[in-house]
Amino acid sequence: MTLLPLYTLIPTLPLLASVITGLFGSKLPKTFSHLLPILFVFASFIISLYALYISSHGYIFNETLFRWLTVGQYDLKIGFLIDNLSALMMVVVTFVSLMVHVYTIGYMKDDQGYSRFFSFISLFTFAMLMLVMSNNFLQLFFGWEAVGLVSYLLIGFWYQKPTAIHANMKAFLVNRIGDFGFLLGISLILFWFGSLDYIDVFNRLEALSEQNIQIMGSSISLMTLIAILLFIGAMGKSAQVPLHVWLPDSMEGPTPISALIHAATMVTAGIFLIARVSPIVEFSETALCFILIIGSITALFMGLLGIFQSDIKRVIAYSTLSQLGYMTIALGVSSYSLAIFHLFTHAFFKALLFLGAGSVIIGMHHEQNIFSMGNLKKYMPITWITFLLATLALVGMPFFSGFYSKESIIEAVKHSELMGSSFAYFAAVIGVFITSLYSFRLYLIVFHGNENWRTSKSKHHHGLDSSESPHESDWVVTLPLIILAIPSVIIGFFTITPILTTDFLSNTLMIKETHRALAHVVEHFDGPFGMALHSVLTLPFWLMIFGFVTAYYIYYKKYNWIKLPRIVNKIIDEKYGFDRLNESIIAPLTLKLGSFLWNFVDMKFIDNVLVNGVARLINSFSLVTKKIQTGYVSHYAFGMAIALIAFISYFIIGWLL
Amino acid sequence: MPVTLSHYLFLAGILFAISILGIFLNRKNIILILMAIELMLLAVNINFIAFSYYLGDLAGQIFVFFILTVAAAESAIGLAIIILIFRNYKSINVADLNRLKQ
Amino acid sequence: MMQFSDYIFYFFSSILILASLKVITANNPVYSALSLVLAFFSAAGIWLLLHAEFLAIALVLVYVGAVMVLFLFVVMMLDINLESLKRGFWSYFPFAILIAGVFIVEIYLVVSDKFFLESQIETFGTSKSNTHSIGNILYTDYLLPFQISAVILLVAIISAIALTMSGHKSHKAIDPKDQIKVKRNDRIRIVKMKSEKR
Repeated sequence: MTLLPLYTLIPTLPLLASVITGLFGSKLPKTFSHLLPILFVFASFIISLYALYISSHGYIFNETLFRWLTVGQYDLKIGFLIDNLSALMMVVVTFVSLMVHVYTIGYMKDDQGYSRFFSFISLFTFAMLMLVMSNNFLQLFFGWEAVGLVSYLLIGFWYQKPTAIHANMKAFLVNRIGDFGFLLGISLILFWFGSLDYIDVFNRLEALSEQNIQIMGSSISLMTLIAILLFIGAMGKSAQVPLHVWLPDSMEGPTPISALIHAATMVTAGIFLIARVSPIVEFSETALCFILIIGSITALFMGLLGIFQSDIKRVIAYSTLSQLGYMTIALGVSSYSLAIFHLFTHAFFKALLFLGAGSVIIGMHHEQNIFSMGNLKKYMPITWITFLLATLALVGMPFFSGFYSKESIIEAVKHSELMGSSFAYFAAVIGVFITSLYSFRLYLIVFHGNENWRTSKSKHHHGLDSSESPHESDWVVTLPLIILAIPSVIIGFFTITPILTTDFLSNTLMIKETHRALAHVVEHFDGPFGMALHSVLTLPFWLMIFGFVTAYYIYYKKYNWIKLPRIVNKIIDEKYGFDRLNESIIAPLTLKLGSFLWNFVDMKFIDNVLVNGVARLINSFSLVTKKIQTGYVSHYAFGMAIALIAFISYFIIGWLL
Repeated sequence: MPVTLSHYLFLAGILFAISILGIFLNRKNIILILMAIELMLLAVNINFIAFSYYLGDLAGQIFVFFILTVAAAESAIGLAIIILIFRNYKSINVADLNRLKQ
Repeated sequence: MMQFSDYIFYFFSSILILASLKVITANNPVYSALSLVLAFFSAAGIWLLLHAEFLAIALVLVYVGAVMVLFLFVVMMLDINLESLKRGFWSYFPFAILIAGVFIVEIYLVVSDKFFLESQIETFGTSKSNTHSIGNILYTDYLLPFQISAVILLVAIISAIALTMSGHKSHKAIDPKDQIKVKRNDRIRIVKMKSEKR
């Protein structure tokens, strides 16, 4: 029996749920709106687990579902490629999605768009599954754009809020830049390989690996160009510098969305993409180097910003950026399996962090400023414990899941010989300190210290009154927290051995013999237990402890012994000026270019000269020719005679000459 | 001067020129325009038959046969139209037939 | 050296040219039509010189006998205001004669011996008559065009009749157009009546 029908169910069920909930949700009881998507996504999750079980036995499923269309010599098909990589992604996506579905029942309880929200997240699950299950670039791109669309819809879910509308527009526009690069990359692949199927493309790689193409007189390796273009797409989706600007703003959306889309799944699509096309990327040193540098910059500088945020969700958003940077670093040093491993663990603990933050936000009656919180451990014990566990996983405390993935990445970077890897190592190690600093800062300010809302003078329209106390959320909110906390703590311990020592992931990924970073990590690997013990002697561990101590003294004991220079404050406030750069230089220039194109090219040239010009020309020409059309037969006959004579004259003159 | 193919062709040419002249001169009389067209066809027929004779190919005569057929049909319909026009306008002056232009 | 047939050619062609000039210049369309008859007659004579006997006879029978008579009928039937038709007759004359002159000169240049060398006269097989040979080709090689021309003639007959037939009705056939448009109420009327007592 073929597995195709079963696998087709995986994306179809969420789609069905989305359509049904979206079309009829408002007319049906509220229970139905959440029960149906949850059941369907749960079924998807179970089938995904089965798919992972099948593929972990080395069976790679690659079949075409149907032919979508045929253009000339190109066959564009919809099909699934289920190997360990995609199966793992499917499990992560459906699992986190399921948790978020359950969580949403509590979080969106009184919202107007209850069923709309469920419809959107189910739709997102469908799109994301199509993206990861695809066996060709076109379907990947379709899923890519679809998750972008749902992200747009969900960031702007509260569409009456102007900031939300700005944020979703920003996310959409920034992603367009990345998608443009991605589309160019896909076009190049189609042009050179004549196919968009992964397998076809990868089979023809050897033949084209030395190919150079000419661009504006300079010769560029085809592989480098394709890899960099695809990575530009990944940069947009995975929010790498300088296309990261949309992610912090996307926190305007509801918190479950931040957890699902902007932390656990969609933003990791770029990482997944690069891992998927690892055979292409491997052929280009330049592209790897580019990826490594971008990843390092993102990991270091975005983490730094997290220290200075006051919005609980923004802190986690910058943390996400920084962790995505880590994954990109892993890609850059050819340790694709480590990138996926970090993606995997990160999905759990970051989703947990976001959901925990959401729980805090509910408890604080939609107050998001951390300086209005404090000492919440007294009122929200479950949230407190799970948040603490997630924080420990994030900072890389030994035995926690984040530790294994992050530590392996740092180890891999250390052994890499790629250009720029020393900077990447520096960024990754310093990043550990920074991660620890902002994570514990957030944790200490929110869950310990004074109960700031009681003394807060600001008169918000939301938030707690000084006399009220927050209380723990419903079970639908805390249950996902608890369920997510389990993998956040233990999953790294159990999965690092198969990922490093067996070919669990590497049978779909390709690493050149010369890129030895991962091999070094594998050689030095002495079991999860040994790794954790050994780490006590390494620099990252002590940096992490140092980060905690620093956070403790500055934010808990309030030793204000560092006075940052004003210029630094300014830079931090401006978030390195990316937004300012976009707003004051790139956007006006684009606008000018656009209005130039509109005014001169579109209005004056195309509209006036080409479109209306043709019409006017015909008009004026007909005004002249109208006079010939007298309507008298004799005039026409006269014309015929003149023409006849002209022809004969032409004939005679030709003859005589 | 002994008669050659050229004589026949020249005769046909003259006949054709006369009918062109006729169309110009009688530009208002639709019946005469029809007659001039008949003359033109006659000139063409003379050409066909002369070539047929001098090239020894009967196809030319066959074409004259078809031209005669079509010309007969044409004049029948043409005259029918003229009668209709006269019924409606009480005139066959081409200058009066300008309703489409208005 | 001129032969007798050459004189006949010159004789007929001068009549043809004069008659056609008369066709286009006559004051009365009746005279034009009669001159056209003369032109056709002399053309038939020329065709006889070219051994196209069947066509010459056909020209006389079909054109002179039928078409020209039709012309005459029409011309005489219509009450034509000749004055208005003749107005401005000569105003285009200089230009028209110029065109015609240029045309004739050019035709002369083309067909004069400079271009057309004395051609070899090939005679058709003398064993069969012209009519016989034409029939032979017409009913074999040109069968389909022949059939089509027959259809064309049929169409011409029908259309000429349809066009000229005047409006008033003398037959009892029902127009299909009216049949389609008919409604129930046009045909039957339901009348309510009291039932009669027994």
